[in-house]
Amino acid sequence: MNELAAQHPIIVVGLVKIAVLLFVLLTVLAYLVWFERKVSAHIQSRVGPYRVGPHGLLQPLADALKFLTKEDPTPAGADRFVYFLAPLLTMGLGICAVAVVPFGPGTIRIFGQSTPLVVADVNIGLLIIFALTSLGVYGVALAGWSSDSKYSLLGGLRSSAQMVSYELSLTLSVVGVVLLAGTFSLREIIMAQSGTTWGFLPRWNLFSPTAPQVLGFFCYFIAAVAETNRLPFDLAEAEGELVAGFHTEYAAFKFGMFFVGEYAGMVTVSFLAVILFFGGWLSPLPTGPHMAWAIYLPAAALGLAGLSLIADAVRYWNISGRITLSMMGLALGAIGILCTREGVRELVQGPFWFLLKVFVVLFVYVWVRWTLPRFRYDQLMAIGWKVLLPASLANVVITSLLVVARS
Amino acid sequence: MTAELVVFFALAALAVAGAVSLILQRHPIHSALSLIVVMAALAGLYLLLEAEFVAAIQIIVYAGAIMVLFVFVIMLLNAGVEERTQLSSMARYAGVPLTGVLLVVLTFHVARASAAMTAAPLTEGMTHKVALLLFQDFAFPFELTSILILVALLGATVLAKRDS
Repeated sequence: MNELAAQHPIIVVGLVKIAVLLFVLLTVLAYLVWFERKVSAHIQSRVGPYRVGPHGLLQPLADALKFLTKEDPTPAGADRFVYFLAPLLTMGLGICAVAVVPFGPGTIRIFGQSTPLVVADVNIGLLIIFALTSLGVYGVALAGWSSDSKYSLLGGLRSSAQMVSYELSLTLSVVGVVLLAGTFSLREIIMAQSGTTWGFLPRWNLFSPTAPQVLGFFCYFIAAVAETNRLPFDLAEAEGELVAGFHTEYAAFKFGMFFVGEYAGMVTVSFLAVILFFGGWLSPLPTGPHMAWAIYLPAAALGLAGLSLIADAVRYWNISGRITLSMMGLALGAIGILCTREGVRELVQGPFWFLLKVFVVLFVYVWVRWTLPRFRYDQLMAIGWKVLLPASLANVVITSLLVVARS
Repeated sequence: MTAELVVFFALAALAVAGAVSLILQRHPIHSALSLIVVMAALAGLYLLLEAEFVAAIQIIVYAGAIMVLFVFVIMLLNAGVEERTQLSSMARYAGVPLTGVLLVVLTFHVARASAAMTAAPLTEGMTHKVALLLFQDFAFPFELTSILILVALLGATVLAKRDS
């Protein structure tokens, strides 16, 4: 295997990285659904999934099995080819975007080849993500059209109008970041944010000393929620009026693909938010000799998570749950101990901070969904064109003036 | 045959197949989808030429914005399957032979010119160069074009509002 990797380094190493990332991403997406159900349940004073596995941890597996085994009818008047194409597009484009996301500054060795923690380190990463999100409209629009149902068509039309409107603000809102960093490469955008102001405040673009991107982030986040068709902007689904919007006529695995696509979009947008505004993999803590202990934080966090799982396992109500939870706790603790080792501990710094920040953004995403009511269609369009677009344009003008004035 | 050549021919074949399908499809949505395939294949060809910025813009602007509007309008009008018509005698006796002549002439000139062509040196910072050209050397035509588009937009709005 090592010789093969040495002969075709890009292909072999690339394939390994793609396979690993795909496996991890699909698992994370499945558990994101579980996470969302749990958070929504606790927001509404319920317990959420609890039956399948301890704390409902096997629920995603049960859901996936259900998607696979259910009957999968195609509506009589449907345009069969486009009807199949739409969910494939949604899922494929949603997953592809993660390929350009860099997870950390370090390198790993695969079959003796040193390689960075990103599948495709391209110098237009930001544009590629926007290109893929801009194509995401087709999945929704074509699903709505090809189902030959009035609810689907209305959902598809609404959401293509919505996504086209908010895409403008989404793209404009990050122009400020590009102006500050002077590049489209996600890696270089992160590197441009290193360092601190006044010794403690990280120089993330949100708190950039040149031109703080607070307005930019505000516009980005709202446009991103709308672009991924999530509440309070889920007019494409609007189950009160349109049954289920564009995916009314979809069942079984094709419906599951829309689900994966939606959550993949959510994850991509959160990755991008962290990279563009919160310094990506950079640690929020100041650096210096007195901060040397910070390198053990990932290990400590994993160890604490393991301990709390074990503590929970002791009190769990059934035997299998006690065993599973304590095993998971032990596994987390073992990974934590591994993270204290020389070499590993430098490598995990980037991914640890990056994924922690992404987790916080994802939580806010879910929190927003279960807190705010849905906008009316005219309100949605008014916000997009009369508030968000001028605000993001203003951000571009202000940021470029500040960048010119202060450089 | 190098890997680059294989990718080139695959993308070129995809682009041509998409273009042929664009004409042969009978439903407007299928034609629009074929056009998107052509644009995606062209973006791939730009990538092969290491013009990543142009490739990304090709996808974002053409496939992601303009074609979305096409699809949107087709959906909104609920356009159905189109009727096939027989070729008119004008097209049959003048159009088809002329198309053949045009094809031969184009092939001849492209073949002759490409023999003399050499690969341009690869340049870093393609985006930077495009921006400099656009906002320094060609700033005036560029701004003029945007004003032209704005005028067209206003004109369309005026025409649309006239009835109501």
